[in-house]
Amino acid sequence: MQHDDVIWDIIGNKQFCSFKVKTKSQNFCRNEFNITGLCNRSSCPLSNSQYATIREEKGQCFLYMKVIERAAFPARMWEKVKLSKNYEKALEQIDQNLIYWPRFIRHKCKQRFTKITQYLIRMRKLVLKRQRKLVPLSRKVESREKRKEEKALIAAQLDNAIEKELLERLKQGTYGDIYNFPVHAFDKALEQQDHESESESEEEEAEEEVEQREFVAEDEVEESDLSDFEDMNKLKTSSDEEEQESSEGEEQQEESSDEEEAGASTSKSAARGRKRRAFVEIEYEREVEPVSKSRDF
Amino acid sequence: MDFTEVPVTSERKSKKKKSKKAGNKRMSEAENGESAGVEKKKSEEKMENGESSAAFPPTFSVSEIKNKQRRHMMFMKLKQEKRKQKLQLRKKKKKERAALGDKAPPKEVPKTIENQRVFDETTVDLEDEEIAFDEGTDEFSAYFNRLTNPQVLITTSDRPRGKTVRFCEQLASVIPNAHVYYRRGLALKKIIPQCVARNFTYLMVINEDRLVPNGLVLCHLPDGPTAHFKVSSVRLRKEIKRRGKDPTEHSPEVILNNFSTRLGHTIARLFAALFPQDPNFVGRQVATFHNQRDFIFFRFHRYIFKNEKKVGIQELGPRFTLKLRSLQKGTFDSKYGEYEWVLKRHEMDACRRKFQL
Repeated sequence: MQHDDVIWDIIGNKQFCSFKVKTKSQNFCRNEFNITGLCNRSSCPLSNSQYATIREEKGQCFLYMKVIERAAFPARMWEKVKLSKNYEKALEQIDQNLIYWPRFIRHKCKQRFTKITQYLIRMRKLVLKRQRKLVPLSRKVESREKRKEEKALIAAQLDNAIEKELLERLKQGTYGDIYNFPVHAFDKALEQQDHESESESEEEEAEEEVEQREFVAEDEVEESDLSDFEDMNKLKTSSDEEEQESSEGEEQQEESSDEEEAGASTSKSAARGRKRRAFVEIEYEREVEPVSKSRDF
Repeated sequence: MDFTEVPVTSERKSKKKKSKKAGNKRMSEAENGESAGVEKKKSEEKMENGESSAAFPPTFSVSEIKNKQRRHMMFMKLKQEKRKQKLQLRKKKKKERAALGDKAPPKEVPKTIENQRVFDETTVDLEDEEIAFDEGTDEFSAYFNRLTNPQVLITTSDRPRGKTVRFCEQLASVIPNAHVYYRRGLALKKIIPQCVARNFTYLMVINEDRLVPNGLVLCHLPDGPTAHFKVSSVRLRKEIKRRGKDPTEHSPEVILNNFSTRLGHTIARLFAALFPQDPNFVGRQVATFHNQRDFIFFRFHRYIFKNEKKVGIQELGPRFTLKLRSLQKGTFDSKYGEYEWVLKRHEMDACRRKFQL
């Protein structure tokens, strides 16, 4: 015999029910056939011999009913009715099947059915939207890659590489006329030329002896100052004039009067001067001082 | 214990690679003075090359000592001996070199991973006609023929936070013609046609994980390839030491280093097309993509030529490293897209000296 009250008395309050989950404020029922999910006298499927639920399987909703007549046959206890996919029709079906059943169960069944359809709709919508794919990271792999990256960074020597590349570009002239020191490039080109044609060596020697002082003085003032000066502008003007005399001859030549050399010889002798600077490093200065001394008294 | 087990010892020796012969020699020497904690007796064999005939007593390896402390001690000794030998060898070589003076053979170049790189058959020869033809007709040809100006759209994954947002902003300041748009949960496949309609040439999506950017999807727009990178070591401007002032609006120059294979070339062109073709030299800014061992390092500097042999650089903007994960033909389509190249760890990461870019 089914004594609902007795059953409830035992499992509800006094003794253990394996489906009961207790929290601070409420008790929940983990039984799959429970209609509300709470542990109540009216919601407990074990202590109600006439009971009904809605359950969902792969997107299809079913109405499960249990009556006392089948209480002795556990295998056939729950009657399963497939509900229509149409919401209104399904509600009617529920009503029809639970026609003389207690209000509570009918109401709760319909509520549960509504909730289920709502979440099924949401699931179908979500599938159409963008799905986030979680890619698991393997710790070993990540740490290995990190180490490789650090080593690659050290091997890369980025600053050097960048500087080299920039200097290459400067040499190749990608910057055009912005930077006005193609000095070394020009001189190197010249030196190459001179190496090729050795017949000019004699001329060079002769030139050296004659115009020695002037060349060396001119060059060495410039060269030594080039490395010292921070301010490129001043430098540019002085070096510009010298160079553009020799190479392009575009800008104004303020000091051209002082320098008597023709363009070609300047460059040649400049090259020579630079070559020889390796051996002789004496600075010759023009004597300007005596003038000032006489003034001061 | 009879020492007649010649063949056995040779076998054992070949098996135990860890214990080198030299070590064995020394060890056995040392142990002679020790108490017998060791199981097997050892005696000298092949002490010098002259005594090669006496191959008899079984040598033992350090790993056979059961007592951990003693084993450890033996191992340490072994190591010390090895180190000593190495040092002696070095000194000898140095002396020889000094003695020979000018006639000494040139110093050997140390082996580096770059030196030992496995030859990649897809390395680009600069004069290859086929490659020149390909590059003339691929998706970037429009850019390189100066038909289009790059317009970049930068966005993130859903709900970006903190560092990612700032990273996007800084990226936008580095790349001229870049706009940051907030991604309001939109699907990329829907964004792409809209971008194309508004004449964008690039779509850049920065993926975020736990507040930090960790992935980058770079999609060249009209039809172009989509590259997916892993982003690591992001340093924003605040975190860079000794940095200069903020970058200006001038178009930077681009430096692409070390992209040698076909794949590398494609990626290099992908990066190059991000920036306008005519850099503003007045701005003196340079963006560098340097490939080293398949890691692409991005840096943004301002340079100044001190003289024709020296240049000073000062780091400005953000820096990060990229590692290519996949390259897909066509615009972003992760399910049905045709992948030109995918990083397969087991195949490609197995050899230390093999690189793809």
